[in-house]
Amino acid sequence: MSLLSFTKKGIYCARANIYIDPWQPVDYAMITHAHADHSRAGSKFYLSHHLSKPIIQYRLGADINIESVEYNEARTINGVKFSFHPAGHIIGSAQIRVEYKGEVWVVSGDYKLEDDGFCTPFEPIKCNVFITECTFGLPVFKWQDQSSVFEEINSWWRKNVAEGKSTILTGYSLGKAQRLIQGVDESIGKIYTHGAIENTNEVIRKMGVKLKETHYVDPEDKKKDYTGALIIAPPGALGTSWQKKFQAFEVGMASGWMNLRGPRRRRSVDRGFVLSDHADWKGLNTAIDATGCEKVIVTHGYTTIFSKWLNDRGIETKIENTEFEGELDNEGEEKPKAVNA
Amino acid sequence: MKNFVHLFTQLDQTTKTTKKVAALVEFFEKANEEDKLWTIAILSHRRPKRSVRTALLRKWAAEAADLPLWLFEESYHIVGDLAETMALVHPNLKSKHDKSLTDWINFIIDLKPLEGEEKAKKVNWAWNQLDETERFVFNKLITGGWRIGLSQKLMTRALAKHTNMDENVLSHRLMGNWRAETSSYHKLIVESDPADELSKPYPFYLAYGLEGKPEELGATNDWYAERKWDGIRGQIIVRNGELFVWSRGEELVTDKFPEFNELIESLPDGTVIDGEIIAFENGQPLGFNLLQTRISRKNVTKAILKKAPVLMIAYDILEAGGKDLREQALKKRREKLEEIVCKQTSDKLILSEILTFKKWRELVEARKESRQHHAEGLMLKHKESTYKVGRKKGDWWKWKIDPLTIDAVLIYAMRGHGRRANLYTDYTFAVWKGEELVPFTKAYSGLTDKEINQVDAFVKKNTVDRFGPVRSVTAELVFEIAFEGIAKSSRHKSGVALRFPRMHRWRKDKPVKEANTLDDLKDLLELYG
Repeated sequence: MSLLSFTKKGIYCARANIYIDPWQPVDYAMITHAHADHSRAGSKFYLSHHLSKPIIQYRLGADINIESVEYNEARTINGVKFSFHPAGHIIGSAQIRVEYKGEVWVVSGDYKLEDDGFCTPFEPIKCNVFITECTFGLPVFKWQDQSSVFEEINSWWRKNVAEGKSTILTGYSLGKAQRLIQGVDESIGKIYTHGAIENTNEVIRKMGVKLKETHYVDPEDKKKDYTGALIIAPPGALGTSWQKKFQAFEVGMASGWMNLRGPRRRRSVDRGFVLSDHADWKGLNTAIDATGCEKVIVTHGYTTIFSKWLNDRGIETKIENTEFEGELDNEGEEKPKAVNA
Repeated sequence: MKNFVHLFTQLDQTTKTTKKVAALVEFFEKANEEDKLWTIAILSHRRPKRSVRTALLRKWAAEAADLPLWLFEESYHIVGDLAETMALVHPNLKSKHDKSLTDWINFIIDLKPLEGEEKAKKVNWAWNQLDETERFVFNKLITGGWRIGLSQKLMTRALAKHTNMDENVLSHRLMGNWRAETSSYHKLIVESDPADELSKPYPFYLAYGLEGKPEELGATNDWYAERKWDGIRGQIIVRNGELFVWSRGEELVTDKFPEFNELIESLPDGTVIDGEIIAFENGQPLGFNLLQTRISRKNVTKAILKKAPVLMIAYDILEAGGKDLREQALKKRREKLEEIVCKQTSDKLILSEILTFKKWRELVEARKESRQHHAEGLMLKHKESTYKVGRKKGDWWKWKIDPLTIDAVLIYAMRGHGRRANLYTDYTFAVWKGEELVPFTKAYSGLTDKEINQVDAFVKKNTVDRFGPVRSVTAELVFEIAFEGIAKSSRHKSGVALRFPRMHRWRKDKPVKEANTLDDLKDLLELYG
């Protein structure tokens, strides 16, 4: 019996009778992070990192049965040791390490290697089997340092201010939105947020995590002047009547998919900024090498291509189908996964 | 090349045409004449001839990025653009050159005679001089395909602003077979080279589809009606004892149609006729399919000339006695056209018949007979109309017949290119032959973005098999395929070839078993083939 297996309900540890990020209700769910495709409703008990807990409660209801742990803190269930380790994806995101009699598996959830200055940076964990996503598992995906991406964003915002326009920048509500808020130069102008994002910000602030000052875009306040402001919104808000009040404006989108011209042009946005909370090609390969693992299980993204690449390099791989959002959700990752979007 | 790359970035970063035109004007203001000429050439599809095969470029790009070729190819299928894929996989470097656009184009032209090894060395050297965007632009220049979302029309508008010249005059100057290699900005734009003038066609006047009922156009005696023939719209030019045949796509096709040579004798010098080149025999037009065999061949052999004889049905006359007639009213041009066509002796040029009608209702009947004439419908033209430049509303209308349709099953899908990269947008459709599904056409257009996303999700979820970039999918989705014509084909498994197939409707209401059959398709072939 292998330590973890893939069942109809999710990634399962039979010895401990727990699931990790299950997509159907179970008795005991360990959660890597608070995005909707990883933390789903209906389970009897949840265990997450401290910083994920309030967000999961906010999304799934205050009455759910949930406990939380700190990074590196272990829980042992029927001899199986579980511990949470930073994944660097979004606030509170974790890789879950599972150990039994010296054999170690790591469920990485979603992760990125770059320190974004907001969430706890990714830490490589030695293991025998590494379970990974590969949303951007192609050599055409190469991220720049976020500092240079923010330089681009800031100079675009400044240009819009000079032209008397407001600036709308999209990113999903949990994770990307906060990264954008923390990364931009707030001396340029006021930062406004869409309701879905402001609600998430409130939850995060209540945890005692410091976020820059943001202002809620009140749809009732029709007279407000947004000239020169930066408005952070989930991608779903684009093209709706919500954005009319910001005239004249330019629209930008921050996503790993903006690395490709096709998806960028298809969105008909003014600017695309290549900024992702997932690992790029180099990141995926570096992360896998750092685990020293014997086997890789790929779950979502360009799984066929990426596993063939790993096989060619002599790494044993297996593809497992999950309900995490990869290639399926048209342009894999960055739909508004979040909170109440 | 920095200025050109800056221009490209600006064009790429906006969807608004006013901004695009402004960016181009700004570029023209600052660029030297050589770079301006090349930019005009590139934006009017006159790029330098390909000097390196793309198969080699792929190989070198994969090697330079230290990737196996299969992985490069897979990436290309997803990115949907070869130049972009090559630019993205290459190690990122800082720009370290100060060559101009013209310098780089000459660099590419000079690659042509070199041996493989030498070419590889030079291309790799170039890649290492350039940053990512520059690499992409360089790759676009070397691979040839160039769509940067700026039409020739907008380019002409920008050039008109820059030069303070009339847009129509400019669009005429930019026509014909000039090449940036042999012309100069001054000769082309400022002086307008007389040698180029000789072969130069006029910009075609194109019609929009009729939106309402023909009755709304007013009195019938203000209008001409004629058949909209299904061939290649073209211009025949006889000047200075020379013949030039142009297609609407601004392609010089004189060599493809040697039968028009006799017009040098039969037409007076300084004549330009606008008409439809069609396959025609024994007083009858033949289907478009036959004409297609003519244009797809490199060499026009005697056998082909015999199998697919052509002539031109003349619609209009744009120049007579060397004089531009476009500002005259259509009824005057028509008189001139009749005079010239009737006087000449060649049977390769005939008049497009003006249909007589007193009531619009009579035209409805005439339109119904289109398919048996191998025509696409009718054209309605105001008798007072001048000959305009490009697609304009008001004076000319096309009134096409409804397309033929068939309900078909989606069985294969491929990813699209450009704006549709990374999405399954290119589909193959099949009809039933007993229990078997026989593919009979591909179609790429007609769906909304939302529908494309839905089909894309379906394909990814219902993949049965993969053959390279093609996925076969569960036979489940039914679409109504519309097309303009149908012909017999020995090259297709189904035995038929369609003209302009596209997706008309997603038949979500229709179970897959109720899609049409091969016999239904053959019935259509019988009726309209």
